[in-house]
Amino acid sequence: MITIGNYVKPKTLEEAYELNQARSSRVMGGMMWMRLGNARVKTLIDLSDLGLDQIEDEGNVIKIGAMCTLRQIEQCQALKDLYGDGIAESVRHIVGVQFRNQATIGGSIYGRFGFSDVLTAFLALDTFVELYEGGTIRLSEFVRRRRDKDILLSVIVRKSKRKFRYESIRQTKTDFPVIACSVVTGIVHGQETWYFSVGARPMKAALLEKKWEIPPDASEETIAEYAKQAASEFTYGSNMRGSAGYRKHLAEVLIRREMMSILAEGR
Amino acid sequence: MEIQFILNKKQVTAEVGPDAVLLGVLRGLGCKSVKCGCETTNCGLCTVWIDGKSRLSCSVLAAGISGHEITTLEGVEEEAAEFGRFLADEGGEQCGFCSPGFIMNVLAMKRELADPDLDEIKEYLAGNLCRCTGYMSQLRAIQKYMAAQKEKEEKEARA
Repeated sequence: MITIGNYVKPKTLEEAYELNQARSSRVMGGMMWMRLGNARVKTLIDLSDLGLDQIEDEGNVIKIGAMCTLRQIEQCQALKDLYGDGIAESVRHIVGVQFRNQATIGGSIYGRFGFSDVLTAFLALDTFVELYEGGTIRLSEFVRRRRDKDILLSVIVRKSKRKFRYESIRQTKTDFPVIACSVVTGIVHGQETWYFSVGARPMKAALLEKKWEIPPDASEETIAEYAKQAASEFTYGSNMRGSAGYRKHLAEVLIRREMMSILAEGR
Repeated sequence: MEIQFILNKKQVTAEVGPDAVLLGVLRGLGCKSVKCGCETTNCGLCTVWIDGKSRLSCSVLAAGISGHEITTLEGVEEEAAEFGRFLADEGGEQCGFCSPGFIMNVLAMKRELADPDLDEIKEYLAGNLCRCTGYMSQLRAIQKYMAAQKEKEEKEARA
């Protein structure tokens, strides 16, 4: 159970950051996960008056404010234009519309939860996070960092011509994923590059980058070999939803399907 | 702390603690349609609209809703009753405990999606659990209700 001493809606980012420096302060996102935990929070900081609830197309990047809901992301036309239905697919299984109208991208990304579909999806893209104190850093670097008292302001996706696929497996609809996989490919520094992100391993999502040049007409056996190699480079764990071996097998299958789908598009 | 918000089109004031959730506050204000189910954001029983959007009142801090507009089933009683008749006709309302949250989300869907197909309906309502019906009767009721609404709108447009 969570108990809260004071609830504060700061009017400036400076104020929010200062308040958050106390050990017993916490920044809230959608309060979906935090409310279920056990904590005594002296000051709960709500960022909803700070204008962080907009998705902005800034030319070269799409900037998603930390307080944007998962539903906003699901319905964002700019993300759809860039990556097709991939982003919507990554969030549409998360409980229901009511939940997604409330859960925020900031909460999902900052929490770096193992089960996070959102983290798995955005990690494979050319994504950065903007922190109040720490500036703008790559999401892949942020994922490896230990939690601190900084505030996540936005998630920035650099627009690039990349193909994106997202798939997950759940035991029942709306449950946490047993495994979640993103595959992204595009030309990076003149070379075809593949990015694989696997989440719900059950550890938090990790990223793998491969300079593979795979012809669009590659055989199913060849693609399966690549998928097997990619899946084998992640570590997996066991919990009540599945064993490490089962997860590894699922990851291989999902990665293969996603690679095949991407390559089929290029034919 | 004192909060002021609009509840079913009426301005209200309430005294709440910093960790009070909206669900309890609304029930305290007499909106007994708002039900407490799982309290873990999974069942949809506590669905209300905040500024017109379906949300789970079990996970909304009451302290944060100052200045917002809340709608519960009591605020859309006539419309809810109309859909309720379709639900009853199809046997889609058994114990009835999930109905208020379910109806609120169906009415939200009606406002958001113009002509949803079965898959879209299922996806929109994935966050509303019902342990009695098995959902088929509810889905039939929704489809018939949506068709009747469309017919009504077309008639009105022609008139």
